[in-house]
Amino acid sequence: MVFLYTSGMHNSNRGGPADRGVDPVISVDSLAKEYRVYDKPEGLLASVTGLFHRTSRLVEAVRGVSLSIGRGEFVALLGPNGAGKTTFLKLLSGIITPSRGTARVLGHVPWERADDFRRRFALVMGQRNQLWWDLPAAESFRLHKEIYRIEPARFNRTRDELVDLLGVRGLMLQPVRELSLGERMKLELIAALLHEPEVLFLDEPTIGLDVVAQHTIHDFLKAVQARRRVTVVLTTHYMKDVAALCERVVVITHGSILHDGPLEEIVDRFTTHKIVTLDLDATPAVGRMERFGFPCEIRGPRVELRIDRTRIADVLPEILRSESVRDISVEDVPLEEIVAELFRAGPAPAGATA
Amino acid sequence: MSLATPADRAPPTAPVRPFAGLRTWFTMLAICLEERLVYRGDFVIGTVMRFLPIVTQVFLWTAVFNATSRPDIAGYTRNDIVAYYLLTMVTRAFSSMPGLSGGISRSVRDGSVKKYLVQPVDYVAYLLAARIAHKLVYYVVAILPFAAIFYVCRGYFPPIPDVGTIAAYVLSLVLSFLLGFFMEATLGMLGFWFLEVSSIIFAYMLVQYLLSGHMFPIDMLSGVQTGIAGVTLADVVRWLPFEYTAYFPAAVWLGKIQGATLARDLAIEAGWVVVMAVACRIAWWRGTRRYSAFGG
Repeated sequence: MVFLYTSGMHNSNRGGPADRGVDPVISVDSLAKEYRVYDKPEGLLASVTGLFHRTSRLVEAVRGVSLSIGRGEFVALLGPNGAGKTTFLKLLSGIITPSRGTARVLGHVPWERADDFRRRFALVMGQRNQLWWDLPAAESFRLHKEIYRIEPARFNRTRDELVDLLGVRGLMLQPVRELSLGERMKLELIAALLHEPEVLFLDEPTIGLDVVAQHTIHDFLKAVQARRRVTVVLTTHYMKDVAALCERVVVITHGSILHDGPLEEIVDRFTTHKIVTLDLDATPAVGRMERFGFPCEIRGPRVELRIDRTRIADVLPEILRSESVRDISVEDVPLEEIVAELFRAGPAPAGATA
Repeated sequence: MSLATPADRAPPTAPVRPFAGLRTWFTMLAICLEERLVYRGDFVIGTVMRFLPIVTQVFLWTAVFNATSRPDIAGYTRNDIVAYYLLTMVTRAFSSMPGLSGGISRSVRDGSVKKYLVQPVDYVAYLLAARIAHKLVYYVVAILPFAAIFYVCRGYFPPIPDVGTIAAYVLSLVLSFLLGFFMEATLGMLGFWFLEVSSIIFAYMLVQYLLSGHMFPIDMLSGVQTGIAGVTLADVVRWLPFEYTAYFPAAVWLGKIQGATLARDLAIEAGWVVVMAVACRIAWWRGTRRYSAFGG
């Protein structure tokens, strides 16, 4: 159930379909990763038995994922916990080797972990990753300058730009452990971008942050991506991240791609109805609104109807004619709801194997 | 603000500079030093505590010598024993690696080792830099209490040896640092295979305590026959790495090992450093391969 987003109005000035088709920055073909997990039954007796005989089964974290990402794309991986998003990012950044399938990132096989590859991408995973806990961030930055062999003038310029973009100049000389979660995340992002990676993997970059910090990070990522054509792949649970940043959304459930395309397409493809909210003069009589034949929710004079998209043009005039309507709004189903529905509808996990 | 646009996108890395790897390593060392200095207070307390076990050892041996009429035991007079223990303290200050193997296995368990798979940096080189920094800061803090104790106990020591012996002593200390480092780093990398390595570390510590000379001078074992004709337990232990992390440098300073024997034993020590350095590399290489295959 995969179809690729081939063109888009935002896409023409950076990369675009040609870039993706001919020379994708990331190309993944039938990538799969299985883990063997050992079941530990409850109870002491079972634990003792477990010393001699353990039952195991294979869990498919990623099962046959294929996709291709062009230079400068901003892609969100969306999925419930345990869907395989993080495993997929780990595969692309070379931390783990796949069970089957191939992947190329910037022309390299990621899990070969060539230094030339490792100097050209960055992975941000959690907030306590690259920065030295007891030292000011400036020291960690200095270390990155050496590790990534960044030319001094270029390093200073990049660092100053990134620091100014996030407005964290005042935090550079404070030990990292004294900083707040949001401040640490900002400095983590700077550390990850100092060597001007061409590909950036972000694992839940806004988790646990307040709304202001989320906004700052959104703006920052947008600015960096636009100016440098960085290819960004991020996993998230927040639709806000997706709406603010990503043109392309890959929905993953149970290790497979359920949908791959622009955000608006999800709405088109996976919703069957619109939400019509009516403000009436008075609370309607029992059964009055139900006669239209759509699920409805009545809260005093405010009525919410879920009307089939194909019938909305017929039904709306009828409602307006027969009811005294003060105000009306027609909206798409909230994205959160669609995605939650998508997650539930995903293919069921395959049976356990011994 | 003028971020690089795609057009002027030169490779962000500088042209290859000579000794770039070495420069990276020294920066790592400098930053590790700064980090360790945050914990200097902890070092002061640790250093003082280290001397406590020695006091009990001295009391024990004093009691042993009081109970016997012999002037020496296996070639050690009471003064020799005190001098020996103080000197093993110096060796241990080089060869002991508190927290090294535990830290490595923890980084595997909690996943922080991932950073070294993602960044173009060598984990073993980093660990070595961190450990050297750890030791340097420790020496700065410990030199005063050490000097004070050696001054107070100067009467127990034989006269200062000749320059050749001192040179061999310094070499044996540096090698004991490297040996201790690579042994414990290898041990820590067992964390790739076992969820919990603390019991393995404990078993290692036990063997280490017995065979390193921490408990008694190893040449006392030269009276113990192994059953093979002419081979004593001391001969066996000589070919193991343990005595080089405590006994050997102390024995060199005390002039107990000299000439061809000294050269041979230094070669054995250097040989173990190489073996353990290679073992450490292999453990890292195979461990990360396993880590990648099993989940990361």
